[in-house]
Amino acid sequence: MGRLFAVEIVYRGIFQKNLAKNISRGIVLAAKHDGKIGISFGRYGDSPERNGIPAKSFAIIATDEETLQEGMAKYEPKETDISISVDDTLCKGVESWAWYGLQPINRLLKRGGTLIVTTMQDPDTIIGMSHRKDFPYQLALLRGIPSFSGLWVYKDDHTDVRILGAIAKVLPELLSLNAVELAIKEEWHDDLKVKSARKSFERVEMRVVAPSEGNPETPYSFELPKWQELREGLTIPGIPAGKAMTDPQTQQAGGFRPDRNPTFKKFSTRTMRPVVDFDTCVKCTLCWLQCPDSCFDVTPDALYDANMESCCGCGVCEAVCPVEHCITMVNETAFADNASQWEAWRKDKAGYQTWLQDKITHLPPREHGFRIRGQYEEEIKDLVKVGVVDTGGEKISEEVVTDPHESGAG
Amino acid sequence: MAKVIEKAQQEKEALISGSEAIAVACKLADVDVITAYPIRPYDTVMQYVAKLVANGELDCEYIVAESEHSQFEIVKHASAVGARVFCGSSGVGWMYAFEALTVTPALRIPMVAMVGNRALDDPGAFGVEHNDALAVRDLGWQLVWVDSAQEALDTALIAYRVAEDRRVFLPCAIACDGAFLTHSQSMVKIPPQEWVNAFLPPYNRGDLQLHPDNPITVAPQVNEDWLMELRKHNDEAMNRSRDVVIPEAYRDFERIFNRSYGNPFFEEYQTADADVVLVGMGTLSMPVKVAIRQMRKEGKKVGFVRLRWFRPFPAEQLAKTLSRFGAIGVIDRDFSFGAPYVSGVVATEIRAALYPVDKRPPLLDFISGLGGREVTVPDVRRMSDMLFAARAGTPQPLTTWVGVRE
Repeated sequence: MGRLFAVEIVYRGIFQKNLAKNISRGIVLAAKHDGKIGISFGRYGDSPERNGIPAKSFAIIATDEETLQEGMAKYEPKETDISISVDDTLCKGVESWAWYGLQPINRLLKRGGTLIVTTMQDPDTIIGMSHRKDFPYQLALLRGIPSFSGLWVYKDDHTDVRILGAIAKVLPELLSLNAVELAIKEEWHDDLKVKSARKSFERVEMRVVAPSEGNPETPYSFELPKWQELREGLTIPGIPAGKAMTDPQTQQAGGFRPDRNPTFKKFSTRTMRPVVDFDTCVKCTLCWLQCPDSCFDVTPDALYDANMESCCGCGVCEAVCPVEHCITMVNETAFADNASQWEAWRKDKAGYQTWLQDKITHLPPREHGFRIRGQYEEEIKDLVKVGVVDTGGEKISEEVVTDPHESGAG
Repeated sequence: MAKVIEKAQQEKEALISGSEAIAVACKLADVDVITAYPIRPYDTVMQYVAKLVANGELDCEYIVAESEHSQFEIVKHASAVGARVFCGSSGVGWMYAFEALTVTPALRIPMVAMVGNRALDDPGAFGVEHNDALAVRDLGWQLVWVDSAQEALDTALIAYRVAEDRRVFLPCAIACDGAFLTHSQSMVKIPPQEWVNAFLPPYNRGDLQLHPDNPITVAPQVNEDWLMELRKHNDEAMNRSRDVVIPEAYRDFERIFNRSYGNPFFEEYQTADADVVLVGMGTLSMPVKVAIRQMRKEGKKVGFVRLRWFRPFPAEQLAKTLSRFGAIGVIDRDFSFGAPYVSGVVATEIRAALYPVDKRPPLLDFISGLGGREVTVPDVRRMSDMLFAARAGTPQPLTTWVGVRE
């Protein structure tokens, strides 16, 4: 048997579908120039995709046809040489559908494998979000915010080829930089993209993650029932109505917390979450009424607490809230847990205000990709200025190649 | 069982067609929701049901849908909320409902339907062929063929009993040959209501019932992690129907109605000493039986097995029975173009059933009576002659079209 390589690309459904496909296709096309063959495919269970719900693409590469068949004779790879996350909030885990559980972003990584993440965060934040592994693995960071450039309404930010350049760096046995460059020329006929790949090859940041590092939690998981244990007639019992909440201070019961689907907790389906200023809330009920996921618990004191078990991070609550800065959507990377904000506020109002202000003042707002050519370059300058990005003395903005004729367009 | 015999005197006789007999069974079963859309020959049922409703003899929701697809969808939903339902169609009408037909067994809906067997268009034709009902044979529908109006009435009651059994919860189609059964009136014994009540318990959907007090989601979308287990449910339900529930229902029917069908799955006619045997479904039993009586006078010992239940298929019993004979001739009132040995559907199934048996007699298939063409007594005699030849070791074609002009 020859050598087999498996790469997975974890992405946000719909928004990053074409981006992920471009990457997995690019891997196969580049591997061809190194004399290897491969297959690029998406996980069929992810189709039809849903907005923002985690999904996966794969590239299986082998040195010969029979070895490739060894890698393809299964639904999806059981282990990967490289796992790629094109949205850093996915490092908290992958929950694609009910009963899927929360699967760590590095779950499939084999010993010595590499997790490549596009992010503006520092390595420690990414490692802190990712679950621990029993053995060391490599983390490779590529500077960038979650790219939407596969969507036709967004400009190309070269994330696809930048990932290919990074792969050539972290696993040259899979792809040589030369092969990547040849494939880009062949597929995209774009020298700027070749240049972007080369730069990311030079600048990808790598470090080894030790077994002692990372989120120590055991992610929730399920054992799928046997056919004898399943309900008949394609029926699923309804979610019970719910019950009253308990005030952590007074132990008084009141309000209403709807019961929720125990098999789909949506912890990783969102890229941002609402933080609520309970001191300024006027109890207008609009967030509770308009939330498409019924994520708001009604507290005994008639406030509305966004429950992180069912929040998808859509931002409707922020949009309908009539009080300025009462509900603010904040990048999911800023949070370490899914605890109740209202309970924290009830226990320590001053401490909660400090926490709240920190969340809404010092962290970058969630950006849904790029709207204009050159936007990325502009944004990264700002981010460097406010100190969010640690450049290590290097001017990161140069990394992005911008067509001078198109800059400022849009 | 003296009490039952006493009750037998309470049966009334009526001159009714096979379709009307099924409508009477609907009345006796006190069906809650009936949907209809006209297509010949099934429409004879809906006309008679409409008459029963109009006369105040049957209290049910009677809905004439705008197409067969809606017709079957409406009763599917009604059954999901706990209503006893009846439906039916023929030929391409049944085909137009096909999407609804596929989801009905998957949802474990105990719908009872009558298929007035009719040739599939094109060309437009009214006569009997079995391909319409047979099209659902892989989907979880129970399929039973009857050959008389009396058997149609009795089988409809048995169909409700079997379909609505919690161990089964699968739909059941009663196939009635167009014209020969749907449009022929004969004397039928109509049992008194009390007997039917004793035989047929109320439909109880239990924890699968769609009701505000039992909040459930029905038919979610699933991925590869789930579907195989769900298909296995239906597999087990169909097996329970064959092994337990159908035999139970026929035993109870005999006890309460004092009328026996013997083996529920197939009727045997003059098989005890037969050298060769013919097999078929539906009303072709009439010319076959007449021909057999003629041939026996000439010393040719021919028997006949009339298959009632095609799904669940009584493979082991049938294989055991058929392996006794010197040759088997299957009369298929259907076709399956390109099938193994270009045989019809029933012959292909019986060949498969015989495969594990040690003694496998020669099996010849006869495609006959398509589009309502008469299966004649001489046709049956010709088939039998071929069987005797096969039994004697003279090779015969595996499939022969009998009655086609050539």
